Amino acid sequence: MKAGFRQSMAWVHTWGGLLVGWVLFFMFLTGTLGYFDTEIDRWMKPELPVAHASLADTVLAAQQRLEQQAPVAERWFISPPTNRDAPNLRIFWQMLPAEEGGRGKRGNEILDSQTALPVTARASGGGQTLYQMHYALHYLPINFAYWLVGICSMFMLVAIITGIIIHKKIFKDFFTFRPRKGQRSWLDMHNVLSVVALPFHIMITYSGLIFFAFTYMPLIVASSYGLGEDGERAFFDELFAEEHKLDRANIPAPMASLTEMVRIAEKTWGEGQLRYLDISHPNDAHARVAIGSQLNSPLRASGKLVFDGVSGKLLANQAPTTSVPRAVRDTLLGLHEGLFAGPILRWLYFFSGLLGTAMIATGMILWTVKRSPQQLKQANGPDFGFRLVESLNLGTIVGLPIGIAVYFWANRLLPITMETRAAWEVHTLFLAWLAAMLYPLMLSKVRAKTASTQTRLNFTAWIHESWAAAAAFALLPVINALTTDRHLLNSLPAGDWVFAGFDLTVLAVGLLFAYLALKLQARVQKHSRLAEFANRSTRFAATEEVMP
Amino acid sequence: MARSAQPSHNLNRYRRKIALRVLAAVFGGYALANVVAIILSFLLPMSTSNAVMTSLLLSFAIYTAAVLWVFSVKSVHKAWLGLVVPSVVLGALAALIKLMEMAG
Repeated sequence: MKAGFRQSMAWVHTWGGLLVGWVLFFMFLTGTLGYFDTEIDRWMKPELPVAHASLADTVLAAQQRLEQQAPVAERWFISPPTNRDAPNLRIFWQMLPAEEGGRGKRGNEILDSQTALPVTARASGGGQTLYQMHYALHYLPINFAYWLVGICSMFMLVAIITGIIIHKKIFKDFFTFRPRKGQRSWLDMHNVLSVVALPFHIMITYSGLIFFAFTYMPLIVASSYGLGEDGERAFFDELFAEEHKLDRANIPAPMASLTEMVRIAEKTWGEGQLRYLDISHPNDAHARVAIGSQLNSPLRASGKLVFDGVSGKLLANQAPTTSVPRAVRDTLLGLHEGLFAGPILRWLYFFSGLLGTAMIATGMILWTVKRSPQQLKQANGPDFGFRLVESLNLGTIVGLPIGIAVYFWANRLLPITMETRAAWEVHTLFLAWLAAMLYPLMLSKVRAKTASTQTRLNFTAWIHESWAAAAAFALLPVINALTTDRHLLNSLPAGDWVFAGFDLTVLAVGLLFAYLALKLQARVQKHSRLAEFANRSTRFAATEEVMP
Repeated sequence: MARSAQPSHNLNRYRRKIALRVLAAVFGGYALANVVAIILSFLLPMSTSNAVMTSLLLSFAIYTAAVLWVFSVKSVHKAWLGLVVPSVVLGALAALIKLMEMAG
């Protein structure tokens, strides 16, 4: 549509990227925090005990509680604290449906594995709420949110591919950075951030779409299995077929020992390699117990040992996956979530996510930097669209981090007994973000007529918000020290890496924002000195002219 | 964009063309991706559930390719034709396969 193929692709890249950039920034940042969702959960519920009962005792405790809460159930699920994403014993149950074809009531609890009683901790959204926002957003009807996220992900995918196409010298540009060259530097930075983690960007975007493929592409399933939920269920039953599963017998029967099954599982896979117990029709003659193994590779599926729940006999040792297309899907999802990643790979995931977030941010800043010389020359100031993009950029790139820091502050400062505590944690995030969005607009209300004051106001807003973000993050360890005893002076000597890691990370983020603020201040000072100099020399020139 | 230099009716024409192309990319691309994936799911030599899963995995790549193509061709007409014709032909073919399956 433009003169050449590359120009057309550049047009798509620029405008497609700009349109959804702010949502993508939100998705990338909250999603990146998701790589430490469990650690954030633990920081936000500091009173949760550390589990240290034996696995056999843990499973017994879970079973005891489930017998109390849901003796006649369709399903029990026990997730013992055997891996990073399960720091505490967690149980889940689903009751029998009240009527035929319905869905039974569900419940879940975190248990103390010694007392078999639920542990009490402050109400908090934790890392899970932050992480869930990256695909479910917030305040929006869930299906609408999924579609919005899907559309933005498609834009992202198109932006990545067009970005590669318009990028002639991918290898050379990777080693190119020209600092302090205005637009050129922003472009270089955008390129480096994009190329250095390109495989991650492609993987994360494509696999993100695959998570909701059934929602986004319902017709492909419907063409073979029929429309609606029935068709979808038929497809799932076939693709994720579970052998050895029976319908309920409706004859009560006592369960065989779960600890014996756990022992067999540990003997098969090794100690600590057991991820969950999934019990269908507990206390029924057709009870089945499936024990799943840990995820030690990107393949997001567990190997399973299936036991007869009444006789305790081992019925099958199932491989994690049954078909190649399913394995491809499970691997894409596994790569996206990174549940298998150990500490080093997890940090690599985290930094890759931050690179993606920064790639989006630099792309959006580049859009304004490229247009600002022409915009600032306009007689009646920059266009509304330009000012809007500038404000949204600042309001999101610095404003969302401020919101996230405030979310952590709220976790420590809201009254423990407050009924809507968890909800208000999230409200404070969005209120702070909103304030950060409105702040630059408010500053430009007092807006001066000249372009140079406009630029200065814009810089002032960036500097103010960067200092706000710096304070909000750097003071978090202090707030933590004032409200808990798991602060750096205790957590570091004790080797409490979840708390020390969180505090040190937010401290580093705070320092980074302080550095940004100082950099921006230095630039403004340099510019105003230059302007003053220019002013004086024109005055000097003017006086010369009047001289005879 | 050198739009300030253009008279306003040119600007409107430009906007209309962009809008038509975006619509073609978003909706036409979606339709084509679905139809191609459905045909694939019928023809791939594997079990139904595996063929459907494979097509689902590929559908987003097909969609992306269609979007890029829409923005790379010279005229909007060509972009629309290039999406509508294969969508209709492949759609008819898919319906035919389905009918034959149901009959035999």
